[in-house]
Amino acid sequence: MSEDKFDAIIVGAGIAGATAALLLAREGLSVVVVERGNYAGAKNMTGGRLYAHSLEAVIPGFAEAAPVERRVTQERISLMTETGCFTASFLNGRPGAPDRDSYVVLRGAFDRWLMEQAEAAGAMLVSGVLVDDLLTRDGRVCGVIAGEDKMPAEVVILADGANSQLLERAGLRAEPVGPRQMAVGVKEVIEFDDKVVEDRFNLLPGEGLAWLFAGLPSGGKVGGGFLYTNKASVSVGLVATTAEFMKSERTIHELLERFKAHPAIEPLLKGGKLAEYSGHMVAEGGYDMIPRLYNDGVVVIGEAAHLVINLGYTVRGMDLAAGSAQAAAKAVIAAKQAGDFSARSLAAYKTFLDDSFVIKDMKHYRKFPHFMENSRLFNEYPEMLEKICAGIFTVDGRAPASMLSKLMEPMKEVGLLNLMKDGLKGARSL
Amino acid sequence: MSGQSAALRVSVEEKLGVDKFHVDESYPHIEVDKAADPADIMTLVRACPAGLYKYSEGALTFDYAGCFECGTCRVLSKGKVVSKWSFPKGTFGVEYRFG
Ligand SMILES: Cc1cc2nc3c(=O)[nH]c(=O)nc-3n(C[C@H](O)[C@H](O)[C@H](O)COP(=O)(O)OP(=O)(O)OC[C@H]3O[C@@H](n4cnc5c(N)ncnc54)[C@H](O)[C@@H]3O)c2cc1C
Ligand code: SF4
Repeated sequence: MSEDKFDAIIVGAGIAGATAALLLAREGLSVVVVERGNYAGAKNMTGGRLYAHSLEAVIPGFAEAAPVERRVTQERISLMTETGCFTASFLNGRPGAPDRDSYVVLRGAFDRWLMEQAEAAGAMLVSGVLVDDLLTRDGRVCGVIAGEDKMPAEVVILADGANSQLLERAGLRAEPVGPRQMAVGVKEVIEFDDKVVEDRFNLLPGEGLAWLFAGLPSGGKVGGGFLYTNKASVSVGLVATTAEFMKSERTIHELLERFKAHPAIEPLLKGGKLAEYSGHMVAEGGYDMIPRLYNDGVVVIGEAAHLVINLGYTVRGMDLAAGSAQAAAKAVIAAKQAGDFSARSLAAYKTFLDDSFVIKDMKHYRKFPHFMENSRLFNEYPEMLEKICAGIFTVDGRAPASMLSKLMEPMKEVGLLNLMKDGLKGARSL
Repeated sequence: MSGQSAALRVSVEEKLGVDKFHVDESYPHIEVDKAADPADIMTLVRACPAGLYKYSEGALTFDYAGCFECGTCRVLSKGKVVSKWSFPKGTFGVEYRFG
């Protein structure tokens, strides 16, 4: 290795990139992270919930030092219609356990902290620099190009996120991703005075709520809404498949405003002040969308590799980003020891990833994206539950119907056969 | 309705006003084809989270200044409407403080 050539250049200081940088630097590899934002996290947005297990394996007890907002102890899932909201709620009163816990995070602070851990281990961060292209020789990736600068490296780790511009350049995906494979998300961070969040959401100090919605937020189409509690703010937003906007009636902004104005939400946001509005894409094609993961001199990790489990009621990308970073770091460390960064050597990344929870979980939910495309889930079922509940809870002086018919009439409207089919399909895809 | 919070019923422009952007006045990182099919344009009008695609009286106006760099318009337009899509140069563009 020549003096000015890095062992690894990582593109992107998100969770994937920073985790990989930390692991490589710990093993003494020379590693530089190139990030186009002015700091790690400057370009990154997420719904909010980080499942801790995979980062816990890298930095045990990280949540004690990291800027996490709240530990999730309360879960709510709602089916929402224009005039109703059916909610299942669960309070997890078990004591915290680092590998089972999850935290609400805000990426501006969290990514910066994570990158600082990598820097403390010896990784270098170059922020405010956009990687324009990959440096190649004889079809092999051998560094990155940023403006006038050419930076050589033994291996380039693409950690450039959902909207990667370099994946195709690296020859890892032949076809650009399509509108059915990507969703777009919007989010508002709404701030409150101290203590309002805890009082309003019935939370103990440090504990938080994760609330997901199907139905109205995404306009009855594939997608969902979310509300997470931060320390002194809430993150409220929604995700919808980009393809839905080819024929929808509303803009994504109107969907968000309508969701926020719903009687189940509006009182909870009262008195709050908008602190930030953001937008980001998230992959939702599942396992079948994963590109080729390595080539000569290059590997791709995190959401750049579309490693996301999007189940509507939960989106998991951050724990998979950290998980794929671990698999890639293991392969790159072995490649360094062998002095071989060819595709044959880096293939170990795929083996490690296949053996990890990342691919195992993605395979497990492989059929789910197709199940989600069923519009009954986002239209008929929320309506059905609203009718059932309205039937059960309404007293109007008219002759009461039997409980059975209160249940059956709305179900018949959807079709009992459809219900059975969807129930089976849903159960199978989970 | 009365008693509404400041955070509700705001326009997308007002929301962008709260955000932090370093706009590169010398480099439009996205360019659009104003003669594109109105149906394709409307898709982007609805999908762009920053509401930057505006179509009225048969004319498309687009301003890259409030862009989140999310790529939604790039993925959706498949080469139509969006004639060039790139990230802003390093240091420029949106800067999330919360994220
Ligand atoms: C609305 C929404 C809600 C979500 N909710 C959740 C959730 O609750 N839980 C969960 O686990 N996941 C969630 N996700 C998914 C999760 O946010 C992502 O999967 C995760 O952030 C991916 O991390 P990453 O490190 O791979 O990529 P990113 O965090 O996107 O990081 C990529 C980095 O690369 C940089 N970059 C890109 N291109 C270049 C370049 N050419 N040169 C230099 N730098 C570059 C970017 O600036 C960025 O810092 C959600 C996503 C969205 C959009
Ligand atoms: S990249 Fe996103 S925010 Fe920017 S113009 Fe396109 S859709 Fe709008």
